[in-house]
Amino acid sequence: MGKTLVQKILSEKLGKEVEAGKIYIFPTDWVFAQDGTGPLAIKVFRELQIEKAFNPSRVVFFLDHASPPPRSELANSHKLIREFCGKIGCLIGEEGDGVCHQIMVEKYSAPGQIIVGADSHTCTSGALSAFATGMGSTDIGVAIALGKVWMKVPSSLNIHLEGRLKEKVTAKDVILYLIGALGASGATYKALEFTGEGVKSLSMDDRLTISNMAVECGAKTGLFPSDEITREYLISMGRENDFREISCAVDAPYEKKVDINLEEVEPMVSLPHSVDNVFKVKEVKNLKIDQVFIGTCTGGRLSDFTKAAWILKGKKVKSRLLIAPGSRKIFLEGEKERVWKTLIEAGGILLPPGCGPCVGIHQGVLADGEACLSSANRNFKGRMGNPEGAIYLASPITCAASALTGYLTDPRETDS
Amino acid sequence: MKGKAHKFGDNISTDLIAAGKYFHLRNNLKELAKHVMEDADPEFVKKLTPGDFIVAGENFGCGSSREHAPRIIKIAGVSAVLAKSFARIFFRNSINIGLLLIECNTDGILDGDEIEVNLEKGIVVNTSRNTEIFFIPLPPFMREISESGGLVEYVKKKKTLG
Repeated sequence: MGKTLVQKILSEKLGKEVEAGKIYIFPTDWVFAQDGTGPLAIKVFRELQIEKAFNPSRVVFFLDHASPPPRSELANSHKLIREFCGKIGCLIGEEGDGVCHQIMVEKYSAPGQIIVGADSHTCTSGALSAFATGMGSTDIGVAIALGKVWMKVPSSLNIHLEGRLKEKVTAKDVILYLIGALGASGATYKALEFTGEGVKSLSMDDRLTISNMAVECGAKTGLFPSDEITREYLISMGRENDFREISCAVDAPYEKKVDINLEEVEPMVSLPHSVDNVFKVKEVKNLKIDQVFIGTCTGGRLSDFTKAAWILKGKKVKSRLLIAPGSRKIFLEGEKERVWKTLIEAGGILLPPGCGPCVGIHQGVLADGEACLSSANRNFKGRMGNPEGAIYLASPITCAASALTGYLTDPRETDS
Repeated sequence: MKGKAHKFGDNISTDLIAAGKYFHLRNNLKELAKHVMEDADPEFVKKLTPGDFIVAGENFGCGSSREHAPRIIKIAGVSAVLAKSFARIFFRNSINIGLLLIECNTDGILDGDEIEVNLEKGIVVNTSRNTEIFFIPLPPFMREISESGGLVEYVKKKKTLG
């Protein structure tokens, strides 16, 4: 029997066949942390009393969650991280560079790698066919020192995609639909692997959105095969040499197969306070939206903003509209395309590249009883800094269409 | 291990355990621990006696990778978390820091029940209701990490990860 993508990548790394369900010690290609989890990883690294990082050129710290810092404690965390990076000689993503997962795919992640990050959305790099998974600060502190992690090899669910998405339906709608179908813990301890003709119709931005949210149904990672789209993406990032083709075997031993016809997917929305609380946008009536947020590692890429700009060009929003590019690179590319001008003229507020208000620290904390429609990945109670606020998740296009009316709106009903 | 059960539902996220609004307290875990579970039950810390148990449904600890969540549960004095299932990052974080997790059917445990955990036998005894719940112990590798006091102690002892 052939191998799943997970088995291919992990067996190759270990130099022997791995079995799903068994625990092994794996070498890491990249190890990273962010400003929320980094200080604790540094503390763990120091407790180990191992002076040097295993391979500092493969360790990255990102200052993205509280960036720029809104209070002294967080500024001190940034200082601590900078000093540590200087001392051990590892890489750093500075304030304003963007969200860790976006910078990973732009600069570092490549097919066939094992990537561990102290952030749950590390699975984003699965779009590039890297076995990328989120861990905690202790795992990351140890991995910085030893270049190793312990992992149980997950079994895989096969998500088979056919057809093409219709106009104004996006990858975000696909992943919300899938999470609604599987449930918030439907893939716990497992991996998602996307296959089928439909995969070829999805751009790298689409794939990144989907892989990013694999963790929202509990998955360890969400892998796409590495193909021509992967090659083109890596070329566009100046990293053609990082490309290699990887795909699962046709007879790979999947635990379960889920078929999705992309033609049939409609705009979806996730209602508070659980990501799997998914409905079609058209089923939810008269929902007033106070704040719309377009950004993050899920929905903060250039194509997300160009879609929003297409809806909002020459119009005025009725909800507060916050926009945060996922990275400095995305900011600069959007600048060339005049995307920010369109969004700001429509009434948007442009935030610096970074996690923005997604994590509840700053830049858009909700008031009691307010509703926020967000292109991000989580709607947990309290996520945006106030347990009395409600978070709804949708695609950037649905976000833009809703900002225009002030109510949750199916974008297919909006002229553009 | 004996203590009172504090019962929660399904999908208790790390945002509910360690809220983002206290992000600035992450380097001060003792302070952060005063707010543990606050957005799930604002009275939790007041009601907790060291040695008590958190008891929950499916997918406990879902969401963010913040290891601060299991750490402050441990610091607050909770002796173990019992749930029907755990989210995987929370699960491995707990093993890595030596917080005891027990995966078992928690339907028969209600808020305030007195329970007793016997790790050797793999049994949770609900003394308030006179019932027993069996659980499968951790695989040997994870148990060794957990019983070492966590991954740092394990690595220091072994001088490597393996």
